Amino acid sequence: MSWLTQTLSSSIGKKLIVALTGLFLCTFLIVHAVGNLQLFKSDEGLAFNMYTVFMTTNPLIKTISYGLYAFILIHAFYGFYLAYVNRKARGTTNYARINNQSSWSSRNMAVLGTVLLVFIIVHMSEFWYEYKFGHLPYKSYTIDLAQGTVVNTENMPADFVLNSKMEEKLNDDNTTKTIIVKDLYVEAQEAFSNPLLVLFYVLGMVAVSLHLIHGFRSAMQTLGANHPKYNPLFDFVGVWLFAILIPVAFAAMPIYFFVQHLMQ
Amino acid sequence: MSAGNMSLTLKVWRQKNGKSEGNFETYSLDGISPDMSFLEMFDVLNEKLVSENKEPIAFDHDCREGICGTCSMYINGRPHGPLKGVTTCQLHMRSFQDGDTIVVEPWRAAAFPVVKDLVVDRTSFDRIISAGGFVSINTGNARDANSLPIPKESADEAFMSAACIGCGACVAACKNSSAMLFTSAKVSQLSLLPQGQAERKIRAEKMVAQMDSEGFGACTNTGACSAECPKEISLDNIARLNREYLGSKITSSLV
Repeated sequence: MSWLTQTLSSSIGKKLIVALTGLFLCTFLIVHAVGNLQLFKSDEGLAFNMYTVFMTTNPLIKTISYGLYAFILIHAFYGFYLAYVNRKARGTTNYARINNQSSWSSRNMAVLGTVLLVFIIVHMSEFWYEYKFGHLPYKSYTIDLAQGTVVNTENMPADFVLNSKMEEKLNDDNTTKTIIVKDLYVEAQEAFSNPLLVLFYVLGMVAVSLHLIHGFRSAMQTLGANHPKYNPLFDFVGVWLFAILIPVAFAAMPIYFFVQHLMQ
Repeated sequence: MSAGNMSLTLKVWRQKNGKSEGNFETYSLDGISPDMSFLEMFDVLNEKLVSENKEPIAFDHDCREGICGTCSMYINGRPHGPLKGVTTCQLHMRSFQDGDTIVVEPWRAAAFPVVKDLVVDRTSFDRIISAGGFVSINTGNARDANSLPIPKESADEAFMSAACIGCGACVAACKNSSAMLFTSAKVSQLSLLPQGQAERKIRAEKMVAQMDSEGFGACTNTGACSAECPKEISLDNIARLNREYLGSKITSSLV
């Protein structure tokens, strides 16, 4: 074995892999949350749908997203593998009584990770798969060029298909343009009119919160980042950004659509 | 030993040897003084067992002053019992109530096999130390005082790490039976001082390799080890070991 594979197959090396991939997934969550905030824009989904086209066609983003899928799998594989090795290190006899002086989430990262893996599979089949392989409707937006506002929208017929995800053309009047785009927004609207799916998403975000309240700080510790000057920052980011702000922002999206659906 | 009036029910793990199956035995004990240490209470129980022609309970103990790291015992779900920063020998019966049922188990870890009853084999710790937890010094005349300046802060930090008595409570407390707190304290106490610099890189690499091969689990940073450590060794040591190990792996000349 070379020194590198030896390092990465040591206990600390495996944890390094989990920590680095985990921190990458954390940065992805920030981007994903910020981008999806466009769902809250009251433009009937124009900004969100155009953002979706950008995220699925830009070569750099596409490359990173394949890396992301790989990182999720690597993170999950090493996480489960470590959980298995760690369980074996416990020996064959269990304690009859345990009064463990540690947080619940820190002891159940593999359980929370399993919940998140199920969440990711459902989430991707609900949206990613539908967008890529399903038959999403198209929507046409007419935009006033001077004002930049949407003046008219039209749902294209169900059998309408474009060769691309989006088409943009200047109208004859030279003051408006029309954008026809795959409508993932309506997919979100429809999906989150189902209360069970909304509940599933909210519970998924609780799992994200519990996973990251330990995960972020633990990843920093594994990288050796433990210093009185920076620990307050790590604690703040781990708790406020990753365990509160991001899960709440994500959970707000299905709730927003569900409330909208109820008010119709 | 003053006579007391505490009555206790003890559920103690009995196991003939490493190969046999173990089980809990329940014992009733009267006349226990609150001033007795937990081990003295076990002495009373053993005297009783001997007088009844039964096999006394095997348990590890030596200095009974909280500094040798020999005593163990997983008491009511916690290594060294309910108090913070205390070894079993320094735990007194006043920490319990009259009429309590106390469950006593050995350390449980694949790397700490049971020898008998509450005695476990902790020589895996010795092998981690042998792998690199030392400094090689050519002895000779005593050096002049202050010829090797060491900042007070470094001396204090090294001392805090060196306070580890190697009892194994960290392994016993850890859900992964990880020896990271022990190993990190032993690496830290030397890497913080000038005498430890010569073997600094190879030490981290070899001690971690030995720790892994002994079958200890990986660290999940739950913090249970430090919370249960009778010497309150800090988790900072684990972060330092991660830095020492990864830094050494990247830069050392060992290929």
